[in-house]
Amino acid sequence: MSQSFDKLLDARGLNCPMPLVNARKEVGKLDPGQVLKIIATDRGSIADFQGWAKIAKNVELVGQETESADGANVYVHYVKRTA
Amino acid sequence: MGTSFDTRAGADPSRVQALEEKVQELSKRLQEIEERTPEDRVAIVVFSGDLDRVLAAFIIATGAAAMGQQVSMFFTFWGLSVLKRGTEFSGKTLFQKMMAIMSPASSLSLPVSKMNYFGAGAKMLRAMMKEKNVSSLEDMIALARELGVRTIACEMSRDVMGIKQSELAEGLEPGGVATFLADSLKSRTSLFI
Repeated sequence: MSQSFDKLLDARGLNCPMPLVNARKEVGKLDPGQVLKIIATDRGSIADFQGWAKIAKNVELVGQETESADGANVYVHYVKRTA
Repeated sequence: MGTSFDTRAGADPSRVQALEEKVQELSKRLQEIEERTPEDRVAIVVFSGDLDRVLAAFIIATGAAAMGQQVSMFFTFWGLSVLKRGTEFSGKTLFQKMMAIMSPASSLSLPVSKMNYFGAGAKMLRAMMKEKNVSSLEDMIALARELGVRTIACEMSRDVMGIKQSELAEGLEPGGVATFLADSLKSRTSLFI
């Protein structure tokens, strides 16, 4: 299955806490109900995005995937702005 | 199911009054509890002027701000070096001048807490961070500002160490222990770094 999204954020090559910080900025630009797709190479981002969604009141983590490309893992997160 | 609200209570004024008083008392207590409930806040004391420790403080601060927390950072003693934009000597006492010579002139010359070797360790750490595409401390400081992190400089330690206001960055709030505690007591997390 592939999750639909409204905007794409490429956070590949960025390290903690930048994927989260940039995602937060981009989510702020979305309308409630819209979804941001984030692609990251930071392995810590899996737990980071789960933590963010748990704490923040206006975001929901609607999906997470790990993709392998050329032997390197890419972590994909789908974050929905709920309010 | 016959035990719902007692509609006959109206017939007994003293009972109604007792209930009203009870409701009033409970809502007052609820309000008091609500006032004491922590808010979505994080308070951090930055006491250290070590590059590695300060980096940790800023990573937590920017991460928390991104997660929607209101973050306050209180810089005191060695931590004040992070906020410096240069060193001035005029109008300082002998001790204050000595302190100024031996303290970093800005965040760019902070030492590391271990293996500093007269600044070589700090340079090495910065190079290693750059290689791994981790934001520099200066980027983090700018990012914290952008994310609305409150930056408070401890007035007492600034005065003791003879650091002039003109030596510090602009846009800082001066404050004391109560400024920190007022935020810390309403925070879910308080850190001393």
